[in-house]
This record gives sequence, C-alpha cells and structure tokens, in this order.
Amino acid sequence: MQESNDILQEVTGSEYKYGFVTDIDTEVILRGLSEVVFSLISYKKNEPEWLLDFRLKAFRYWLTLEMPRWAHLNIPPIDYQDIIYYAAPKKNDGPKSLDEVDPELLKTFDKLGIPLEEQKHLAGMAVDAVMDSVSVKTTFKETLAEKGIIFSSFSEAVQHHPDLVREYLGSVVSYRDNFFAALNSAVFSDGSFVYIPKGVRCPMELSTYFRINAANTGQFERTLIVADDEAYVSYLEGCTAPMRDENQLHAAIVEIIAKEQAEVKYSTVQNWYPGDKEGKGGIYNFVTKRGLCKGYGSKISWTQVETGSAITWKYPSCILAGDNSVGEFYSVAVTNNYQQADTGTKMIHLGKNTKSTIVSKGISAGHSQNSYRGLVKVSPRAENARNHSQCDSLLLSDHCGAHTFPYADIQNETAVIEHEATTSKISEEQLFYCNQRGIPTEEAVGLIVNGYAREVMNKLPMEFAVEAQKLLQISLEGSVG
Amino acid sequence: MTDIQRQYEAIFQADYEALCAPSAALLNKHRQPAFERFRESGFPAFGSEEYKYTNIEEAFKPDWGINIRRLAFPVNPYEVFRCDVPNLSTSLYFMVNDQFYTKEMPKAPLPEGVFVGSLNDFATAYPEVAERYYTKAALYAVDGLTAFNTMMAQDGFVLYVPDEVSVERPVQLVNILRSNVNLLLNRRLLVIIGKGAQAKLLVCDHAMDDETDFLATQVVEIFAEEEAQFDYYELEETGSHTIRFSSLFLEQAAGSNVLVNGITLTNGLSRNNYYIRLNGEYAETSLSGMAVSDTAQQVDTYSHITHAVPHCHSDELFKYVLDDKAVGSFSGRILVKPGAQKTTAYQNNRNLCIARGARMYSKPQLEIYADDVKCSHGMTTGQLDENALFYMRSRGIPEEEARMLLMVAFTGDVIDRVRLEALRDRLHQLVEKRFRGELAKCAGCRICKE
Repeated sequence: MQESNDILQEVTGSEYKYGFVTDIDTEVILRGLSEVVFSLISYKKNEPEWLLDFRLKAFRYWLTLEMPRWAHLNIPPIDYQDIIYYAAPKKNDGPKSLDEVDPELLKTFDKLGIPLEEQKHLAGMAVDAVMDSVSVKTTFKETLAEKGIIFSSFSEAVQHHPDLVREYLGSVVSYRDNFFAALNSAVFSDGSFVYIPKGVRCPMELSTYFRINAANTGQFERTLIVADDEAYVSYLEGCTAPMRDENQLHAAIVEIIAKEQAEVKYSTVQNWYPGDKEGKGGIYNFVTKRGLCKGYGSKISWTQVETGSAITWKYPSCILAGDNSVGEFYSVAVTNNYQQADTGTKMIHLGKNTKSTIVSKGISAGHSQNSYRGLVKVSPRAENARNHSQCDSLLLSDHCGAHTFPYADIQNETAVIEHEATTSKISEEQLFYCNQRGIPTEEAVGLIVNGYAREVMNKLPMEFAVEAQKLLQISLEGSVG
Repeated sequence: MTDIQRQYEAIFQADYEALCAPSAALLNKHRQPAFERFRESGFPAFGSEEYKYTNIEEAFKPDWGINIRRLAFPVNPYEVFRCDVPNLSTSLYFMVNDQFYTKEMPKAPLPEGVFVGSLNDFATAYPEVAERYYTKAALYAVDGLTAFNTMMAQDGFVLYVPDEVSVERPVQLVNILRSNVNLLLNRRLLVIIGKGAQAKLLVCDHAMDDETDFLATQVVEIFAEEEAQFDYYELEETGSHTIRFSSLFLEQAAGSNVLVNGITLTNGLSRNNYYIRLNGEYAETSLSGMAVSDTAQQVDTYSHITHAVPHCHSDELFKYVLDDKAVGSFSGRILVKPGAQKTTAYQNNRNLCIARGARMYSKPQLEIYADDVKCSHGMTTGQLDENALFYMRSRGIPEEEARMLLMVAFTGDVIDRVRLEALRDRLHQLVEKRFRGELAKCAGCRICKE
C-alpha cells in the first residue's frame, strides 16, 4: 500500500506539459459582456445582420437566466463581467501561406505536436487551428474543396457560405437551450465549419486544435458539422491551455447534423489545463455538444477522452430522429488532484428502430470527483428502441469520489433498455497475478488501467489513440490507492 | 408559500387543542417544531429532482376530511380476510384509518417485556424509551411530508422488543381504510428492536371502500440495535382511490440484519420513500419491492441507502410490471461516505412494460467517496421474451397463460427474498391472482357482495 501511494505521489507530480504561454501580440477587446461587446465582435468579423440579430436574441435571453446548480460540482461563482470575450493573435487577415503566419504561432503548434506545416502531408490530417478567439490556419482546404467538402473557420464560412450557416446554425442547439448555450450564442467568436456533400466520404480525418493563450479571456467557439445524405466524416478535436493561477472559462457549442445514411464520428481528446496540485487555476469546460441524426439510418458517434480541465461539465448527446438511426457514446474521463467532472450523454430516441450504445469509464484519483450523468429517453412513438449503457468507475485513492446518475424515461413498451454500472478499485488479485509473473506494480496498474479503458480507446482514430494513451499514462499509470 | 400549504397551516393552528387532546405528551411535544419546519419547507415541490413524477401538493388539494376528534368508525376487522389479506398464524393487530383498534381480541401471548400496541399507550408506559426513539430517525428536516406527518399524527403503532428477546411468532398489523367521507389520515409506526433481539412484522394496507377517496401519510421509524434481526414486510392492496405517501426510516447499528420488502398489488397513487442508514460495522440490509400496476396506477419508489461506516452490506432489488396507463418510477441512491471501506452495495431495478401507455422512469444512482468498495447497479426495461413465449405456445400453453407464467416468474425473485415461508407461499398465490385480474375485480366489489 505504502509503495503504491508513493507511485501515486510520483504520478500526480508529473507536470502539465502544455502549460507554456506564447509571447505573441494579442488584440483584445474590453472586459465584460454587453451589447457593445458582441456588436464589436460582429463588426470585427464583418458579419451579416442576421447573425448580429441572432447574437442579440441570445444575449437578451441569457440575461433572463441563472446559472444552473444541479450538477454534482462545486463551482466557485463566475464573474461574467470580468472575462474578456474576444482575443486574437494580431496580423490575422487570413494568411495565404505558411510564410505569412507568425513564426511564434507556428512554434506554438509545433510544440503541441500539431501538423500545421504542409510538409507534414504524411500525417494525412486536415487541421483547423484555433488560438483564443480566432482560427489561425486551416490546412488542406484546397484538397478537400476538390471533393466539394467545405472545411473552414466559422468566420470564413459566414462570409463564403452564409446560406448554409444560416440554415443550420442553432438548429440542434438553440440559443434557448441552456445558460451556456445562450452565452455562447451571444459571444461566439470563431470555430470550425464542415460540410460534406451528398455521397462523399471525407478522405482524411478533419481536426481542430483549440488553444487558449491570452490571460483573463474566455474561449467561446462553435463547431458546426453537416453531413449530407450518405456522407461520412471523422472529426477530431484537441485542446490545451497555459498554466495560470486564475480560472478561465471555455463554453463551446458543437452541433452535428447527419442526414440520410450519413455517418459522423466525433472524437475529442480534452486536455485543458487542469489546475495545479492544490486545485488552483485550470479551465472550466462547460460545453454543449449535440448531434441530430436527422435522416433514415444515420449515425453519430461521440468518443471522448477527458483528462484536463479543472471542472468538466458536458453531455455530448444524440437526438435519434431518423428511423433506424444509431447513436454512440464512448468516454474515458480521468480526474486527478482537485479536478471535478460531471459528464455523460443523452440519447433521445424519437424514430423507429433506433439504437444507442453508451460506454463510460470513469477513473478518479487524488481528491477529485468524477460523475457520470446520462439520460436515455424513449418517446411514445419510438418503436423498438434499443439501448445498452455501461458505466464503470475506478477509484484510485480514498479521498476521491465516483458517482453515477443514470436517468431512463421509457414511454414506449417495445423499448429494451439496459444499464449497468460498477464501482471498484483495482483488484488485489489482478495486481497479485501480474506481480507474480514479474510485472512490477507500477506497470501492472498501467496495464490494468489501459485494459480497462481499451474499449473506448479502440474507438479513437489511430493518431489520437496514441496521444490519448500517452495522456492516460501521464495522468495515471502506476497509481493505486 | 402556496394556498394549499396555507390551508393546512390554518387547520393546524385552529385545531391545535383538538389535535393534542387524544395524543400522548410526547407526540404533542414535537407538533410545534414540526409545524415550524413545515411552514418553511412546504410540501415537496413537484418537478424537483426528488419529486419529479409525483405531485404531492396536488394530492392535498381536494377537501379532505380529517378525523381530528377521533370519531370511531364501525368496522369488523375480520372482514378483511374474506378478501386477500394473508391470514397467517400471526399475532394480529389492527389500525382503522389512523387509530389503533383497541377492542378486545384474542391475543397470542408475547414474550415478556415485548410491547405491541398503540403509540400513545407506549409513550405513557415507557416514556424514556419512547423519548429516546420517537422522531430520532424521521427528522422533520428531511422533507415537508415528514414534517407534516409529525405535526398531524395523533396515534400510531409500536413494536418494541427489548434486548436479547426473540419474538418467534410474526406480528401482523392490518391497516384498514374505512370511511364514508373522503379522508386524510396520518399514521406513525415505531419499531424498536433491542440488542440481539429478533422479530418479524407484516403490515397490510387494505381499503374497504373503493368509492371513498383516501390520502394516507405514513412515517415508519425502525431502529435495529446491535446484532438485532428484523424483517419488515409491507403489502398494499388498496383501491384506485387511495393515495399513499409513506416514508420509512431505518437506522441500523453494528451487526444488525434487516430485511425490508414492499409489495404493491393494487393502489391508486403510492410514493414510498426508504431512508436507510447503516451506522454500525457489519450491518446488513436487504431492501426489495415490486409493483404490479395497471389502469392508471402510479407507484413511485425512492430509496436512499447511506453507508456511513466500513464493512456493511446492502442489496436492493425492485421490480415493476406496468400495464395499461400505469406509471412507475424508481429512484435509488447509494451513498458511500468517506472512510466506509469494504462496503458492498448492489442495486437492481428491472421493469416490464406491457402496454403502449405505460411509462417507466428509472434512476439508479451511486455516490461513492471511498475507494475499497464493490458497488454496482443495474437497470433494465423491456418486454416479455418472444422466444420464451413461442416456446411455451409451441408446447400447447395458450398465449395468455404463457404471458402470465412469465410475469409471475419475473416477479418471483422479489417474493423469494421473503424469509417467512408461509407468507412467501401466500404471496406467490396473491401475485398470480393479481395477474389473472382476480384481485382487481375484488377490489371493486365493495367487500361483501356475495
């Protein structure tokens, strides 16, 4: 026991390796939230009038709301007037080639191991890099355009494809959806936009890297993915932030629309700065993610590896509206030190013969609190809905908590719904078995934790799986309580 | 504050003297503080996390009669056995509405020191014991319902078994609901099982009129001291006009073993709360229940099991069979406190939805703050297995019969947890009758039609 405590100590001592700050000229606007602020954002981005209206409606609605308190989280009060809602690296008139991009920026993304440079062709991934409030570079745009795929920053999409954006913006997550959705709808600054036309299978993984750099700012981006009939796309999202003592807010929205027979796979490796060992600093990650399986036989799959953030509060969800549509949710959530997570999913079955799968693995260590909260809802007309949920929690110290709050609302008698959850620590027997075969405790724990999370890791695209596995190791390998 | 709440506050204040008159000093002592509490909290809010599907306040809205002045209702308690209350070899007691039935009845002898009877009598005969336990588990602060019951209750039932005494013969309490006006009644149960003592209690709820509306609030407090063993069975067979809000509070000391089993066969609207606290090491709890619901019946179960110390075990199983427009709701919570190592806690909720209109809301929850534990929960909602049905039909069993057999088998394991053989057999029969629809017919028959 003593030995394993030492190992845990060692592991929790490992540094957050993306905690550097890039010294780059940043343009910020005044602190606080008012109609002036987002009018200014809107003006800077040369947005059409309907978008400004959208922001205005969202802002007025947000003013009527109070921050929800139902989550199993301890959130210190947030002063929304003390946040800078827009920060952009200067010289941002759309770099034509890499030479025009600020070398500091390139260095930053290099350090993060993100293939921004064109020569990293072999990485075979198209990247949209978002620093603070704006997208700095989108790669492979031309290659994709040949197939008719639109992959660009949100602001560009607003300029070049306003009809598409207008049609789908807010169609899955309305600005009235919740407190943070309303806030985001009012002040969102950039993000990614993806449109896959009919029958096109996107030839490479699309990816967005989010980076918070400037101090005292919040990041509010929006991602909108539309997959037309029989289209397929796999989309990756990664995020990091510098180490700072104050907390920073990240309130994003992701909307996905999958039409007939379309398939969207959305993977996240979330590694925002989690705060230090005493729980000081770190990102508040309050994100609304939702996909709409609109067409017959469509499929949306969420995979997430959550290791960062001081507080994570998000429920990537699927609305299974089309008949025979499929929703999937695979999640590994790791909390250490004083991190808190309340995450899970919602599967709303509306169409006939819809299926959903939920696999959630929680790992808590240190003084952290890790909750799974999920809803499976079968509406009266959703014949033959099928759901299987499995939520396992692993506890690695005696100060942490692991909680499960699944909700099931069944309103149709043909539904078959299963939910299973277990909570335990790494069993002595498993450790003993490994020890006995000459595997030291530390490695054995690594093996067991990796095995435990494998079901989810296997769902990640190759490039991400490697990164995620490394992350998991940094966060946890060798920790037994 | 709502009008409904204000209305009951007015009744309390106006009839305070009358409320106190028939009750023991101990009950009256808690009235005022409970009232203060109720004033603050009101009835639990509909739609709140804990009361999402049951509107408590709405149930209190109609013009209920309250028998504050304790008028006696003419009743022959033995009539109930012509219906379906299990008639076992038990020490038998009755409560008519919320009054303990005191008429002379043949009694089986009880071991020395054991008290079974009215709460008022107990508070007078054993003032110290009563003082030590009454309202100590059912804190009014828990919710407005408990506060309401505490401020209104005028009588109740007590089972007190002193240390090291074993009551072999099960005790049976039959709650009879009988009235000619719509009635609100507030019942209290207090069970104290001393160190190393043993007992079994079976409580049957039975409504004798199906035309009269009843609203029953009930607070049950059970204290199991060290090494005590106690079984608590509850069987509800009321009518579609009966609303029941019951809260059971169980406090377990080290090494105690308690079984709680609640079966709802016929009812209107029932909300059953179970608050269980394992306060001593090596305490064990088995909590189970089932509901067979059709027409517009609603059964809402809420359980909260707290593991406060290491080495305790809890096992929970609830099953629902929902037909027609029945609504079932299960919300279970297991809380393992920091330091409660070596806890094993299992929770299971299985539901059958047979008809289109049936609704099931399920929410099993784990909240765990200790690492060396084994906890799990499972929840399923589905229909009867088509293959099993086909198998039976291909062997000449008619479809109706096959369905019934499968449903009886489905609920079988809840009944199998009953540790009283005679009751177990009787329950199997009752449930089968229920599935055949024979009980429902009986419930509408106004007792003595034959």
